[in-house]
Amino acid sequence: MTTTIVLQVAVGGLLMGLIYALVAAGLSLIFGLMDVVNFAHGELLMLAMYATFIIWFVTGLDPLLLLLPVALALFALGVAIYHLLMARALSVRFNRGMVQIFVTFGLAILLRGAAQFTFGSDFQSIGTSWLANRTFDLGGVFIPVPQLAAGIVSLLAFGALFAIGRTEFGRALEATREDRDAVALIGIDRDRIFAFGWGLGAAAVGIAGVMLAIFYYVSPNVGANFALIAYVTVALGGFGSLLGALVAGILIGLVEALTALLIEPSLKQVGMFAIYLAVLMFRPRGLFGTM
Amino acid sequence: MQTSITRRRRLELLIGAVLLVALALLPLPIHDVYTRNLIIITVLFAGLAQAWNILGGYCGQISLSHALYFGAGAYVSTLLLTRAGLPPTIGMFAGGALGGLMALLVGWPCFRLSGHYYAIATVVVGEIFFLLALNWDWIGGATGINIPYSRAIGDSWLWLQFRIDKLPYHYAALAFAAVAWLVAWLIEGSRWGFVWRAVKDDPIAARSLAVRVFPSKMAAAAISGALTGIGGAIYAQYVGYIDPDSVLHGQLSILIPLPAVLGGVGTLWGPLVGAGVLIPLSELTRSYLGGSGRGVDLMIYGGLIILVALARPQGLASLIGVRVRAPAGADDARAA
Repeated sequence: MTTTIVLQVAVGGLLMGLIYALVAAGLSLIFGLMDVVNFAHGELLMLAMYATFIIWFVTGLDPLLLLLPVALALFALGVAIYHLLMARALSVRFNRGMVQIFVTFGLAILLRGAAQFTFGSDFQSIGTSWLANRTFDLGGVFIPVPQLAAGIVSLLAFGALFAIGRTEFGRALEATREDRDAVALIGIDRDRIFAFGWGLGAAAVGIAGVMLAIFYYVSPNVGANFALIAYVTVALGGFGSLLGALVAGILIGLVEALTALLIEPSLKQVGMFAIYLAVLMFRPRGLFGTM
Repeated sequence: MQTSITRRRRLELLIGAVLLVALALLPLPIHDVYTRNLIIITVLFAGLAQAWNILGGYCGQISLSHALYFGAGAYVSTLLLTRAGLPPTIGMFAGGALGGLMALLVGWPCFRLSGHYYAIATVVVGEIFFLLALNWDWIGGATGINIPYSRAIGDSWLWLQFRIDKLPYHYAALAFAAVAWLVAWLIEGSRWGFVWRAVKDDPIAARSLAVRVFPSKMAAAAISGALTGIGGAIYAQYVGYIDPDSVLHGQLSILIPLPAVLGGVGTLWGPLVGAGVLIPLSELTRSYLGGSGRGVDLMIYGGLIILVALARPQGLASLIGVRVRAPAGADDARAA
C-alpha cells in the first residue's frame, strides 16, 4: 500500500467528514438551544435531497443554484416543526424528555412514509450537474470535484453559523440556551428564538442535503444512516458545541475512510463508533462539551 | 392490619391474574391465523416493553440498545439448537443469561454517562454489534439462520416447535409476559424499586442518602436485559428464522420501548396498555394500507405516535385510571 492510496482515501474521508459535520451542526444547534435530540434529523436531510432532486429533474437547474432556495425551504420547515410540534412537546408536564424523543421519532416515520408515498422507494440520483463526475489531479491524488465543493460549502456554512453566533441575535440564542426562563425578563421572546433555532438547524441540514444530492443517491431511507452518524458526531464533539461538531465530523470521516482501507470496508462504521466510545470513556461530555 | 398500599398491591395481583386467564382464553375461539399471530406478537411486545420498563421506566435509564439483548437471546438459543442440538427451552435461559450479561457489558461504560450521552452511547453500542453480526459468517452473517422443523422430534414443548398449530407459542409468549409483569410487580414493592426510583428522580440526592447509584443501574440493566433475551429466544422459535435485520436492528431498540413510553413509562400497566393499543394498530395499518408499498401505513403510524405522545404524555394507561406521578419540577427534561 502506497502513501498515495492512503492520502487518496484520507482526502475522501476528510471531505465526507465535512458533510457529516454540517449535518451534525444542525442537530447540535437544536440540541444546544432546547435540550432536544431531533430524531427526525435524517429525514430533514432526506427531504432536502429530494427537493434538490425534484427541482433538478423538473427544471434542469444546476443543483448548485438550489442551495439558497432549498436552505430557505428547510428553514421554513424547521420553524413549522417547532410551532406545530415542539412547542407543544416542550410544554407537557410528564416525561418531557421521552415525549420529545418519541414525537421526533414519530415525525421521522411520518416523513419517511410521506416520501415513499410521493417519490416511491426507488433509488434516484442526479445525472448531470456542472460539478458531476469531475476530478482533478493533485500530485497523484485524485480529488473528486463534487465532494470538494461540498466540503468548501460546508466550511462556508460553518463560517456563517459562527458569524451568526457573534451577532446580537446569536447572543440572544446563547442567553436562551443558558437560562430559558431568565431571558424572558430581559425582553427576549423565547418562542421566537426557539423557532429560529429550529429553522437555522434545518437550514444547515438543507445545505448539506443539496451538496450531498450531487454525488449521493436519494431514497426515503437515506437519512437514517446519516442521522446515526450525526448523533455520534454531536455526542463526540459535545452536545451544543459548534466547533465540536466540526472537529468530530472531520475525525469521524477520516476514521471511517481509514478503517475501510486498512481493516475491512464492511466494518468502516465500527471503526468510527469505537473511536467515539473510546473518547467518551475519557471525556464523558465529548471533546468540547460543557453541558 | 392492612395498609392501603398492600391492599392496592393485592388488587393489582388479582387484576393481573384475571387478565392472565382472559388472555389465555382469548385465542381459543379465534381460528384465523392472522389474528392469532397478531395476538401473539402483541403479548410478546407487552413482555418486551415491560422488560425495558424495568431499566427505562423504574430506573430511568433511557436505553436504546435493547435490540442487542433481544438479538443475543435469539442467536444463543438458535445457535445452541442448530449447532449443539440443545433444546430451546434450555437455550432460552442461556440466551437470557447472555442478554443480561450484554446489558451489564453495555452498562459498565455507559452508566458513567448521563442524559443524551447515555442514550446515544447505547444506540452506538447496539449498532456496533449489529454490524459485527452482519459480518460474522459463523452465525450466518447477513443471510441469517433458518430454524428447521425436525420431523424426528415432532411437535414438542421441550423443543418449542409446533408445525401447524401456533397456539402453544401464544402460551409461551404469555408466560414470558406474565413473568416480566410479575418481576415488575415485585420490584415495585421491594426496596430495589424505591432505590431505583430515587436514582431516576435525582441521582445526586440519592447518592447523598447512601444509595449506591451505579450498582443499582447495573442490577436493573441485568434483569431487564435477561428478560429481553428470553423474549428474543421465544421470538426466534416462533418465527423460525433470524437474521441481524430482524432481531438486532436499531429500529427494534425503539420499537421495544415504544409501547412502554406511550402506555405509561415506569408504571405496571403502561407497557401492557401500550402494546395492546400500539401493536394491533401498527399491524392493521400495515396489512390494510401497507400493501401498496406507498408508505401510507408509515404516515398513519408516525402520526399516531406523535398524537399519543403529545395528547397523553403520561401514557395511555392514565385513561383507565392508572395514576402517574408528576415529575418533580422541570428537571424531567434533563433525565431523558
